[in-house]
Amino acid sequence: MSWRDFRIWGLAPAWVIMALTLVLPIGIVVLVSLSIRGAYGGFDWGLSFDSYAKILFEEDWDGNLAFTPQYLAIIGRTLWLAGLTTLICAVLALPAAYVIAQAPARWKAVLVYLVTLPFWVSMIVRVYAWIIILGNDGVIEKTLRGLGLVTDMDSLLFTNGAMLTGLVYSYIPLMILPVFASIEKLDPALIEASHDLYGSRWVTARRVILPLTLPGLMAGAVLVFVPCLGAVLEPILLGGGKTMMMGNLIQTQFGGGRNWPFGAAIAVTLMVLVMVFLMLNALRARREVGHA
Amino acid sequence: MERKKAIEVQNVAKSFGSFQALKGVSFDIYDNEFFTMLGPSGCGKTTLLRMIAGFESPTSGTIRLHGRDILDQPPHKRRVNTVFQSYALFPHMTLEANIAFALENLGWENARIRDRVAQMLDLVHMTPFARRRPAQLSGGQRQRIALARALASEPEVLLLDEPLSALDLKLRQAMRDELRALQRATGITFIFVTHDQEEALDMSDRICVLGAGEVQQIGAPNEIYEDPENRFVADFIGETNFLPAEVVSVEGDRATVTTPLGPVTTWHKGAVAGAPAMLSLRPEKIGMEDQAPGEALHGTITGRNYMGGYTHYTVTVNGTELRVSKRNAVSHGASLAVGAPVQLAFRPDSARVLAR
Repeated sequence: MSWRDFRIWGLAPAWVIMALTLVLPIGIVVLVSLSIRGAYGGFDWGLSFDSYAKILFEEDWDGNLAFTPQYLAIIGRTLWLAGLTTLICAVLALPAAYVIAQAPARWKAVLVYLVTLPFWVSMIVRVYAWIIILGNDGVIEKTLRGLGLVTDMDSLLFTNGAMLTGLVYSYIPLMILPVFASIEKLDPALIEASHDLYGSRWVTARRVILPLTLPGLMAGAVLVFVPCLGAVLEPILLGGGKTMMMGNLIQTQFGGGRNWPFGAAIAVTLMVLVMVFLMLNALRARREVGHA
Repeated sequence: MERKKAIEVQNVAKSFGSFQALKGVSFDIYDNEFFTMLGPSGCGKTTLLRMIAGFESPTSGTIRLHGRDILDQPPHKRRVNTVFQSYALFPHMTLEANIAFALENLGWENARIRDRVAQMLDLVHMTPFARRRPAQLSGGQRQRIALARALASEPEVLLLDEPLSALDLKLRQAMRDELRALQRATGITFIFVTHDQEEALDMSDRICVLGAGEVQQIGAPNEIYEDPENRFVADFIGETNFLPAEVVSVEGDRATVTTPLGPVTTWHKGAVAGAPAMLSLRPEKIGMEDQAPGEALHGTITGRNYMGGYTHYTVTVNGTELRVSKRNAVSHGASLAVGAPVQLAFRPDSARVLAR
């Protein structure tokens, strides 16, 4: 076999795995999203865009289509919460990663290990912990009441704030690690040079540290934003199921709602959103490389 | 002429745990001076430079800049700039932006910044590269931009931390001349740190030799080389032969000693009559064969190292090994073979008696 042949056929196992685990399932989801809802759940193969139309329009009793914002609101809320989570993670991760990077070598490994520690515990257990912290008669409420700071307070649980807290908590390690990696690569002489050239701490952070850790921040943003779009647990446990995100909507359609084509249509929409985000990021990264 | 002091270092000491990097050093650096701190690695020279810049603080002592104590000022408040060993150019900024950085932080007006950046680029012959980024430059070009960036705000003192060590030999030679010219052109005090004695001898107005956390000697390059204060300086700067000596008598600056090469009377540092001492005799000060005036010594060549411009010989005289260097004045000239008998001579005044 020639080298050229080997380059094609040698990759065959990879092609097979990609086809079976990526192309096939996604293809099925796309096909389901284009099919017709079965009378008793399930679906009948077909070619219809009804499920996509359902995201924007509602069929009234007379069979007329009317615009409905209910699903758009869920998509909007999902984007908003995922975006806000990413932003908060970035703001919190920068100083945390900086502290880890500046720590003495023997502490560095320990601190990085501590950042990854939550991954060793089941996600459900970790999110449940927040119910105990935020809930009625929970840790926060009891503490505040015990200190006499409040007598009566609205529940912290089952709010957008609770969901956001849970999301930030769940995904911040995925931001800290790449940011830490890029801060550690940063030549300390550059920070000294900035101070030496009359740059205050603020100027140094804004004009030297931030731009040079941007690749890490962007990698972290992808790692946080993408899974946030598909988050299921936090809305159920901390949002109380009242406020849905796209992940819940998809789950309901495949589960209780018994509308597989509609669930698949939302899943495809989510996937397209993720891909658009990743492409924008890749474009930006390519521009960056072009500059350097 | 009374010269103005740019930097006063007074009793500066620095300990890292139980290790004393600096054991209380004091010296002054004058305005418009090219001052070099020279010493082996670990002698404390870089620590001292970083203290002047503000990146480290002494355990005790004071540092003054034009009379003001600067130790309580953070680095970004000190009118002192550094050329880093790695240059530390901001990789995400153009060369223009790198040079403008300090001026922006000082709050200069845009037009004035533009003029100064253009002027600095011109000074280091880098105008055509203004819009490039550091990654697109060669080592020598980065060096020039690092200089331009550090000099742009006209600091009271410029600190240079082994800035030539990353360059190759030819470029290093050329940059020495450029650095010296730049110092003359700008009139800014340069404090240069190096472990390379040749660089120090070539460029400096004065050299401070640091060793083991202490100032060993401060002086002009020829003073340091020809009149070393002690054994450390004689050994570190250039090459020399150390001969064991007994001090017979001391008269003022001159001492008479007995050595394996016979009695010698010459200048001394710290010799005490009756005490053991060293005679330092540089290899190039020893004449071989007909080069030699004065009374001759008889010896045998026991080793030879051909260096191109010079040949270093090892000659054994009365059981004592001496390093002798001889200029290769004629190409393929008759060179002396190992085992050949030779006659040596030196002027006693060229040797130095040092305390052991």
